[in-house]
Amino acid sequence: MITLGQMLTVSAILFALSVAGIFINRRNVLLLLMCIELMLLAANYNFVAFSRYLGNIDGQIFVFFILTVAAAESAIGLAILVVLFRERRSINVEDLNTLRG
Amino acid sequence: MLVEILFYSFATIVVLAGVGVIVARNPVHAALSLVLCFMTSAVLWMLIEAEFLAIVLVLVYVGAVMVLFLFVVMMLDINIEEMRRGFRRYVLPGAVITAILVAEIVGVIVQRRLGLDTTRGAVPLPPGYSNATDLGIALFTRYAYAIEIAAMLLLVAIIAAISLTMRRRRGLKVQDIAAQVGVRASDRLRVVKMDAEPKQ
Repeated sequence: MITLGQMLTVSAILFALSVAGIFINRRNVLLLLMCIELMLLAANYNFVAFSRYLGNIDGQIFVFFILTVAAAESAIGLAILVVLFRERRSINVEDLNTLRG
Repeated sequence: MLVEILFYSFATIVVLAGVGVIVARNPVHAALSLVLCFMTSAVLWMLIEAEFLAIVLVLVYVGAVMVLFLFVVMMLDINIEEMRRGFRRYVLPGAVITAILVAEIVGVIVQRRLGLDTTRGAVPLPPGYSNATDLGIALFTRYAYAIEIAAMLLLVAIIAAISLTMRRRRGLKVQDIAAQVGVRASDRLRVVKMDAEPKQ
């Protein structure tokens, strides 16, 4: 029997890993996008687990919408990345200083 | 017992694949690790009987999003060594933050129990239960407006992605079909009325 605590723990480890990934890959925009995908997957784990362990289907519906938003986000993110690479010949975060942020 | 063995082995694979995503030297390897992570996550979701979403995860994420990622990774030639500079410097803080986050979240799950019994199994499903049917009924009745908004969001994403990456080059010789079709005789030909002149 898989308990709720076990599922939530897997999700917690995945989420923490993706946060660490954002820290250690902070130059590469592509890897940052992948870490965000991993983070959304960890969130989806929680929704699916609570949906199944509380016997309520609404959590799984929300996973649907998160998947939609994640797909839209990665499509636009990668489009921006391609345009960025075309302009700058680099996807290094540190080269993105036009806005002086 | 078999379910536990499957759960622990696939959970280990998920975590190892997650580590692979964040430490991979090559972005292609990172993307492939992410694919492995999604596939094993689909198996875990199937183990707690969320079958439809498991299939959707494989189809949408592995089939569409990750293929897009791999496509972009291979299209751009990235200087990997330049990107890796400073990697070692951030490994230790990253590991510390991971440990703290995991300890905090697991502490909440184990100690506080979220006001729930976190040690029980999933709600047993009646025989002949169809996950897809149940999801579909909820999706097209209570969440009908939400799914239309989601569809609009995808449309906006398509338009945004296309308009961002569409490129018009200067000085390219192309036909302008609309101008060709819309041309009128009076633009090209001028009819001049004049008197006939006698032969000289």
